[in-house]
Amino acid sequence: MKVGLATSSAAEALFSNPLRSLLTMLGIIIGVASVMVMMSIGEGAKAQIEAQISSVGANVLTLQPGNMNRGGRNQGGGSGRPFNEADVTAVSELPFVQAATGVLSQQANAVSEDANWVSNIQGGGAGFFEVNNWKVEEGREFSAQEVQGGAAVAVLGKTAAANLFPAGGAVGQRIRVNSVPMEVIGILESKGQSGGGGMGMDRDDTVIAPLSMVRNRITGGNRWVSRHVSRIQLLVQDGYDVLEAQEEVTSMMRERRRIQPGDQDNFAVVNFADMIKQRAAAAETMSMLLAFTAAVSLIVGGVGVMNIMLVSVTERTREIGLRMAIGARGGDILLQFLFEAVVLCTLGGLIGMGIGWIGVFAYAQIAAAPMMVSPIIIATALGAAASVGLIFGFFPARRAAQLDPIQALRHD
Amino acid sequence: MPDMTETRPIISCRNLSRVYRMGDQEVRALDGVDLDIHAGEFVAIMGPSGSGKSSLMNLIGALDRPTSGEMWINGKALSDMSRDELADLRNETLGFVFQQFNLLPRQDAFQNVRLPLRYARKDAGDIDARARECLELVGLGTRMDHRPMQLSGGQQQRVAIARALANRPRILLADEPTGALDTKTTDEIMHLMQDLNRQGITVVVITHESEVAQYASRQIHFRDGRIESDTAHPEFKRASGG
Ligand SMILES: Nc1ncnc2c1ncn2[C@@H]1O[C@H](COP(=O)(O)OP(=O)(O)O)[C@@H](O)[C@H]1O
Ligand SMILES: [Mg+2]
Repeated sequence: MKVGLATSSAAEALFSNPLRSLLTMLGIIIGVASVMVMMSIGEGAKAQIEAQISSVGANVLTLQPGNMNRGGRNQGGGSGRPFNEADVTAVSELPFVQAATGVLSQQANAVSEDANWVSNIQGGGAGFFEVNNWKVEEGREFSAQEVQGGAAVAVLGKTAAANLFPAGGAVGQRIRVNSVPMEVIGILESKGQSGGGGMGMDRDDTVIAPLSMVRNRITGGNRWVSRHVSRIQLLVQDGYDVLEAQEEVTSMMRERRRIQPGDQDNFAVVNFADMIKQRAAAAETMSMLLAFTAAVSLIVGGVGVMNIMLVSVTERTREIGLRMAIGARGGDILLQFLFEAVVLCTLGGLIGMGIGWIGVFAYAQIAAAPMMVSPIIIATALGAAASVGLIFGFFPARRAAQLDPIQALRHD
Repeated sequence: MPDMTETRPIISCRNLSRVYRMGDQEVRALDGVDLDIHAGEFVAIMGPSGSGKSSLMNLIGALDRPTSGEMWINGKALSDMSRDELADLRNETLGFVFQQFNLLPRQDAFQNVRLPLRYARKDAGDIDARARECLELVGLGTRMDHRPMQLSGGQQQRVAIARALANRPRILLADEPTGALDTKTTDEIMHLMQDLNRQGITVVVITHESEVAQYASRQIHFRDGRIESDTAHPEFKRASGG
């Protein structure tokens, strides 16, 4: 009942002077709007990065010949001797390796009865699907025997399948890749766009086939290394420290490649997920910084609210005295003014949220960046506004509550 | 009830003083006042301007605290009471009527009368029904949705009286309630107070008009913060129906 009393008089006070209420709310409006935009940008970036990590796999290490520069890009595939299948076997026999695969890949021209499509053909071992977290949506993966025997079979990514077989029904059909005929045995689930690890391409635009068949009939062999692969991917067992795995793979490979102690590696063991995570951390720091700026504007807004509330208490001193004379306790008066501040700020928060929403939308359009307005962001923004009301409304409200009844009544 | 009133006054003041300090200047508004008022009395407090009438009323009304001396309402010493207890006393036991009415301007008559009921700690029952009842009692049953601005001075003071009555107080305190009203309205308001007194409410009215004081059963005159005279008027003016 007392709460109802506080709310009704608070609402009355706010709407009796709407322009002043609006001006008072301005700081809160700006603060909440910016909190919302900042958090949305941050969350969007985070979600994008998380999607990348899940598509790359946090436990996947990639071995590439040559040295890596700091940006994580390969300094030309030719620098350094390629790995071969013996290396893949050695890696896969390490105790902490769940699965490993060699990979050979190249852009190639794929042809179906209806269409012609340039796609990324990847040759892989039987472990390729597990390591890359590819799930078959339709049909099946190729088996170890098919890899062994160099069977002319192919599994299509979503994009490749859609372009080669616009009418659907790809599984069981034949395609030719660089004139090599093969049978489509499966279609993969979509992974979507990926900007992670310098790939920046549609991961679904791919044709996957047994490694030896791809080497023998499409990419061709290497002049110096027989049964070569262009990179090795391995999946570290769950629960095993990926950094440790990275070191152990490195030292094993140094031995296999006879690199003397003190000499530089002529290959690299890369954890793409780790690189993405570092970017995520940087993005997080940035959005924290922006959120801090937003918090400062909320505080400035709060000081404005406190100022107006103090003015309001002074203006309404007689009313406070009258309320006390007819039996309002200090607590009733405190609640009334506290409510007024909270309602003022929450209302400002709602308006700010509306404006923030527009801002989020505009930013997403202009920057073509993913934005997320999650319930958590809404709750945080509103909660922040209400808290500002509570904190900055408390001092004026307490001042009102502590007024002396007779002095308040005599005030003019 | 008469026994009780003989033995234990509803309002009691002993050696009550109130000194206002303004800088190094002191104003002794009340100077050692002893006063007992019994339940059911209708007391008029009179005296020249500045003689300390309002100062006394504010103390009795638990709006102010004395500089020295002690006072009791309903047998309870006010000096022992906390701020909240004083608020509850004002809410439950006392009813105030001011010269300037002191209605909330943005609320209609009904809402103004509901206010003390809403602040009540004890269960006030059906608030709306009680507010309506009080407004009907003061003859404003048809003006409940009028704001103060839409009412005459006399009507506004009636709303204020209805508000003072809302929580069924034992004591009604009025500081120059007719000071802003014309003679005819003054008579109406005083008749109303007399009716309330007859229903058992103790009434204390400050006035400097002897016409108004005629309605009281006892007249107390103040001068320079002291009681100058205190006389019973058994032949006080009877309400001639109104
Ligand atoms: N708040 C106050 N501060 C200083 N002096 C006051 C205050 N209230 C009353 N006084 C002084 O106390 C004296 C008594 O005032 P008051 O009780 O209002 O008298 P009355 O109601 O009889 O006119 C006057 O001299 C008045 O100026
Ligand atoms: Mg006075």
